[in-house]
Amino acid sequence: MPVPHIHKILDTQRDSLLREWASTQAEEGLIRKDLFTEAEAKAQIETLYDPLAKGVAASVDQDFLDPDDDVWEDLRAALAEVTRERTKRGVSTGDMATFVLALKYPLFERLRASVTDTNGTVLMEAIAQFTRLIDSVALYCTEICIAERDKIIQRQHDEMMELATPVVELWDRIVAVPLVGTLDSMRAQEVMESTLSAIVEKKADIVIIDITGVMTVDTQVAQHLIRTAAAVRLMGAEAIISGISPRIAQTMVQLGVDTGEIRTRGSLRMALADAFRQLDTDVVIRSVRGN
Amino acid sequence: MKTLSPPPGKPFDRLVIAVEADVFRSRQAVGRAMDRLGARVIRRTRLVTAVSEIFRNGLVYGGGAEVVITLDEADRMVWVDCTDQGPGIADLELAMKDGYTTGKGLGRGLGGAKRLVEHFEIHSVLGEGTQVRLAGRA
Repeated sequence: MPVPHIHKILDTQRDSLLREWASTQAEEGLIRKDLFTEAEAKAQIETLYDPLAKGVAASVDQDFLDPDDDVWEDLRAALAEVTRERTKRGVSTGDMATFVLALKYPLFERLRASVTDTNGTVLMEAIAQFTRLIDSVALYCTEICIAERDKIIQRQHDEMMELATPVVELWDRIVAVPLVGTLDSMRAQEVMESTLSAIVEKKADIVIIDITGVMTVDTQVAQHLIRTAAAVRLMGAEAIISGISPRIAQTMVQLGVDTGEIRTRGSLRMALADAFRQLDTDVVIRSVRGN
Repeated sequence: MKTLSPPPGKPFDRLVIAVEADVFRSRQAVGRAMDRLGARVIRRTRLVTAVSEIFRNGLVYGGGAEVVITLDEADRMVWVDCTDQGPGIADLELAMKDGYTTGKGLGRGLGGAKRLVEHFEIHSVLGEGTQVRLAGRA
């Protein structure tokens, strides 16, 4: 019955354990004075310690510590809180796990001092059980860290999607769609939708799709561009694809992509000049200072 | 599906393509390999575009693929193997032809990819999968 031993140590030696947990963390270089004040760091380990001790106390009648048991519910909540706080300030996933694991050594030392059975079976069993518990706690920390990071990635992805498909009005009846980055199927669909609705909203006759910022034009991107241009034409407007760099032009020719009747221009500037000509718009640039 | 001997050069990266974002990630890795050899922009673009076609085929037709990138610094080549365990290609000659597609694409991918690179080989066994090996000179 090793659980009572662990319980007794956690219960009676709280202050010295907390102190040593913190100093083990310090030895491992985990005390981030740049990120947390000493008081904050102390509060964090206390937040974890108390529900841990409570869980062990509740398991004292059990033969072993079951990490899946409901008695760890409070510990899980505390872990989620501390992990979120620490990762938000920039603590790495690995450091977060080591932060928890650092409790092992002070506790093991105390177990060795207090469990004095002759052949060491009880001590071994106690260490094995506590290791299993703390390892699963550290693993849980890692899972929280990853889940938090996934959330951030998803949020950034969503934000980028919105950012990535702006339609700008360049002039009366002329809109531009500057594309940047990669054009996957989902984004291509958004580009198509925002372009077509801009034709209606801005009463556009010419849509310039600028691909200067698109690094790779493969057949899928080409197909999306061709489709968008075709849809623009169906709405009675005309599409000009601009920003075709020499390297993209060469690659597209070798790929065998046929842009057909779609007008293409090397730069946005040329496309705009073209649009002005077509709409019979004269843009006169007067020198303000005059010569 | 593993018919080819290991590609020349030293390992650079291994990636798994399971979703569309992996296609971008993997072709960026190929771009980095070309950068490592100090490739000119046009050569880098050609290889990256070619592998983009092949990786997407691996995803769309092969149901996912495994990518191995190696660097042959002496020869200034980047080698890319893309292996899938899809249904395989029944008629390779037809598949390589421009304008032929069993899907919804433009039907330019395989032939186009071949024209963009220095080295291109494709092996396919029905019911087992397809392996494509490409290489571009930096």
